[in-house]
Amino acid sequence: MDRQTEEIVRVEGITFSYDSVPALLDINLSIYRGDFLAIIGPNGSGKTTLLKIIVGLLKPQKGRVWLFGQPQETFGDWFRLGYIQQKATNFDPVFPISVEEVIATSLHSVRRLKGLSRKQVKEKIGEALRTVGLEQLARKPMNSLSGGQQQRVLIARALASEPEILLLDEPTTGVDHPAQENFYDFLGQLNQEKTLTIVLVTHDYGIVNRHVNRVACLNQKLIYHGQHAEFCQSSIVQELLRGGHHLVSHRH
Amino acid sequence: MSQSLLFSGLLLRAVVAGSLLGLACGLLGVFLVLRRDAMISHGLSHLAFAGVALGLLLNLMPVLVSVGICLLGSLLILQLKEQGKLPGDTLIGILSSAGMALAIFLMSVKRDFGAELVAYLFGDILAIAPLEVYLAAGLVCLVLAGIFFNFPRLVFMTFDRDSAAASGIPVKKLDRLLVVLTAVTIVLGIRVVGLLLVTGLTVIPAASALQLSPNFRLTLFLSSIFSLLSIIGGILLAYLFNLPASAAIIFLALFLFGLSFLFKKLS
Repeated sequence: MDRQTEEIVRVEGITFSYDSVPALLDINLSIYRGDFLAIIGPNGSGKTTLLKIIVGLLKPQKGRVWLFGQPQETFGDWFRLGYIQQKATNFDPVFPISVEEVIATSLHSVRRLKGLSRKQVKEKIGEALRTVGLEQLARKPMNSLSGGQQQRVLIARALASEPEILLLDEPTTGVDHPAQENFYDFLGQLNQEKTLTIVLVTHDYGIVNRHVNRVACLNQKLIYHGQHAEFCQSSIVQELLRGGHHLVSHRH
Repeated sequence: MSQSLLFSGLLLRAVVAGSLLGLACGLLGVFLVLRRDAMISHGLSHLAFAGVALGLLLNLMPVLVSVGICLLGSLLILQLKEQGKLPGDTLIGILSSAGMALAIFLMSVKRDFGAELVAYLFGDILAIAPLEVYLAAGLVCLVLAGIFFNFPRLVFMTFDRDSAAASGIPVKKLDRLLVVLTAVTIVLGIRVVGLLLVTGLTVIPAASALQLSPNFRLTLFLSSIFSLLSIIGGILLAYLFNLPASAAIIFLALFLFGLSFLFKKLS
């Protein structure tokens, strides 16, 4: 099947409320192989909730999710999805874990990869860390790294099990501006060179829009879902600008 | 101390049972402390005390009755915690009070087992029976196997619960496993140091290891070593100087914690 036409995630009529507070209303969305999809919207618009529903952390009150053509309820190949949650680097600062242990525990946990030998695991860890440019930090304690480096380690952990889609929820929160640009360039590279499908929840569309090919704009309802180029010309852009979103790249 | 005395059945049994328990506490304690579940052992120890009283009342093996009651209590607390209606520490407060109230009530029903109950309150490892050593060995093997076969998944879940769940790891099942293993360990622990000090046995060695270790494997190793040193050293000190073993064990664990803390400060 053609890249960009193979639907790997389908969200069908999703409605979700926290107790009686509605978060998402009748959301329909498709993600295609090779997409770099940005999910944008104001605070409390349901972006994080949508991502959590896609990866199975929350169960919607209405609607269904399809992953790689299978209904989510019967889907078992979770290694095909990599997920990096919001504030992922806000882990317990006293947690004693080295960079290679962060990746190894994830690798050993993945059903498909359980039979790997110690040598193969080491190779996979090395490969994942090389991809994110942190090979020399394998034995360092996680809590001794900077926020940007920790973020890259978590990407390496997600990449080690060779996912086909990477879902990231505001991954650069707390990371300085130049490091954010580098990070998004790196995601763009993964999307282009490794044909990894990327779904990114972000507040700062301007910094990431050079890499994005599709946009989903949420505010409990799905306001827009389509190509990046068309999105830039739509009236929604003006509304978002009034809402404090950065839509123009900061790079000069 | 003469060799015959050192290797007398009494001391040997205490050291064997203590070492097995030390290993289980050392390993499990790291997970409990890092999951912020350290106080669950406090709640379960009080419930175990009710199990001991019930066992003595019904003339059944108190350890086994305690294991049963603790398993029920631990699964109930987990269920209530998952429903998110009350904070975990509140639930533990309710559980420990309920356990203690039940124990006191059962003690009032039959008044002549006070001395035996006191042994469970303060621990009496030097009086441990051969059958209890075998039972401890069996239960500790269960705990070690539970940790060993789920090790990477337990570490992943403890470090980053949501990512682990999104990777398909059954985090709720593993929560149950951990709480069941804790219940078993606590029941064995109250025989060694008593219900009043058993929380120290799960928490202090892990807290000491956390002062020193840069990675998870070393933390588990150090925690187990500190736990073993405290228990074996405590038993020997108690034997040599006629001290209460439970207090000697916890004092030694605290001493090692103090050393680890100082070492971290100075390094």
